[in-house]
Amino acid sequence: MLSVLLELALTFAGLLAVTFVIGRLMPIDPVVAAGGADLNAEQYARLSAELGLDAPLYEQFIQFVMRLLQGDFGQSFLTGNPVAQDIARVFPATVELATLGILIGACIGIPAGIVAAVKQGGAIDALVRMLTLMGYSMPVFWKGLMLLLVFYVMLGWAEGPGRYGIAYEGLVPVVTGLLLIDAALAGDWSAWQDAFAHLVLPAVSLGYGAGAYLARMTRSFVLEQLRQEYVTTARVKGMNELHIVLRHVLPNCGVQLVTTLALTYGLLLEGAVLTETVFAWPGLGQYMTRAMFNADMNAVLGGTFVIGTAFVLLNLLSDLAYRWLDPRAR
Amino acid sequence: MMALRSWLLDPAPASRAQARAGRLYLTWLGFVASPAALAGLVIIGLLVFCALFAPWLATHDPYAQNLKQMLQAPSSDHWLGTDELGRDIWSRVMYGARVTLGIVFMVAVLAAPIGLLIGCTAGYLGGTVDRVLMRFTDIALAFPRLVLALAFVAALRPSLENAVIAIALTAWPPYARLARAETLVLRNSDYIAAVRLAGAGPFRIVLRQIVPLCLPSLIVRVTLDMAGVILIAAGLGFLGLGAQPPTAEWGAMLSNGRDFLLDAWWVATMPGIAIFVTSLGFNLLGDGLRDALDPRRSQ
Repeated sequence: MLSVLLELALTFAGLLAVTFVIGRLMPIDPVVAAGGADLNAEQYARLSAELGLDAPLYEQFIQFVMRLLQGDFGQSFLTGNPVAQDIARVFPATVELATLGILIGACIGIPAGIVAAVKQGGAIDALVRMLTLMGYSMPVFWKGLMLLLVFYVMLGWAEGPGRYGIAYEGLVPVVTGLLLIDAALAGDWSAWQDAFAHLVLPAVSLGYGAGAYLARMTRSFVLEQLRQEYVTTARVKGMNELHIVLRHVLPNCGVQLVTTLALTYGLLLEGAVLTETVFAWPGLGQYMTRAMFNADMNAVLGGTFVIGTAFVLLNLLSDLAYRWLDPRAR
Repeated sequence: MMALRSWLLDPAPASRAQARAGRLYLTWLGFVASPAALAGLVIIGLLVFCALFAPWLATHDPYAQNLKQMLQAPSSDHWLGTDELGRDIWSRVMYGARVTLGIVFMVAVLAAPIGLLIGCTAGYLGGTVDRVLMRFTDIALAFPRLVLALAFVAALRPSLENAVIAIALTAWPPYARLARAETLVLRNSDYIAAVRLAGAGPFRIVLRQIVPLCLPSLIVRVTLDMAGVILIAAGLGFLGLGAQPPTAEWGAMLSNGRDFLLDAWWVATMPGIAIFVTSLGFNLLGDGLRDALDPRRSQ
């Protein structure tokens, strides 16, 4: 347990250091960025001291870490709000998208992987392998555009970009920030339907990639178990194949599957950055990309740090799940 | 032809060169036995072909604007249609192959040596150096790649070169782990001990003896990774953080087409297909190479 905590602390220190260095890489002088180009020497020195930029680099780093740990990411030039407040507002939208994405991916990918492994070499296996290969060869933003083209423009089955229709803007009181849950809490089912119709295309485009990865991993986990001797024993005893897979093989893949799921979820939070741009989804990804084009470095670094933290914590979670679920690792 | 084949497959090779060529031929046979791997090879071969001969394959100047011809549907004159500035999409896709291949090549050339050097050094020296370097690698592995690359590029100013550097900086950790694992196996072999006894220093041993032996498995891993690199590079281009206009880069072309999706679907669709097919090619080729080179599968 101690080693896990130590590892976590080290990884965090690394994340902080990288974020700090990226912030210092900017070719624009931060004092000039904050105060304008026509400062005289005295004004420059005062502003520089105010921003803490006259201190030695290691002191600046310590200040940076102290502020981040207090949840202070600085002001955003673009919105005028504290970055932490902005992120608290937009992050739930990203979480909602990524969560539905992983649900779709898991519900399709895991069963598909199991069937492919059990029927190894058959037609279903070939189909699953082809679809998974396509899934992780396809750029997620192109997938999103093609889904919009077919299901929104041509067929009209789903809603277009954005998180809700204009008629529903600001109607649902914000409780969790997850629109589906908030609408359900408010008992507003027409708002729920609207939100779902907007969510389904971006979630599917994320979910396909996740499902492809999960199917590939599940297939190889199950194949590995099917080669074990306990499966042969069960077959010799005359147990039917379905029973073997459900009762013996799957529980033995459980640990690896949980670990894979946690890591995939991290990838989805990250992949949401591109998907959000395509679907004009008001989440962290869109917030960060907008900040990038306006040299709003505080917002970019804040977002990077939040996604990095989520990533590190998910890694930790999968590690803990592994220790907890697998008696051999205890 | 038959003589060559039986010479290659001779179970009792007469020389070291014959044995080596025979081994290579068997690997090749294993590789081409899989239609998927062969398809991957063909796709990547086509990509290289398009990149090399882009000026001859292109039907128009990829940068020539012709506002009278903007957003034309695919036709016999413009095979894949034209974009919002009347530029020929087929020609731009052909030239885009150069950009993509350049990115892939540069990332491989930058990231693989970093990983190789860190991994081999850690594995050969062991002890504290190993622990520090591997802890460093694990930390780097735990970071979100795409977001870090985005932040890097945003800080450094968007350009193709910076995108390549950012991707390379996030791509090396898996190579370091792989190289370390290989080195640990090699480290205690007799011939390394012989080289050491002959007076070679650790620097020479790592560079001249260990690195060359780690290369084959590294090449397979890099090939498999290139599919992901293409997607990240296209993603950066799509966000406007990679190649800048008017460069014909597939991700950036796709991003332009987004605004005309309703009336001109081909502007976004065609470069998307190019990215998809290329990434698919690298995935197929990587899988095929891995299966063919995996000693557990060969006869």
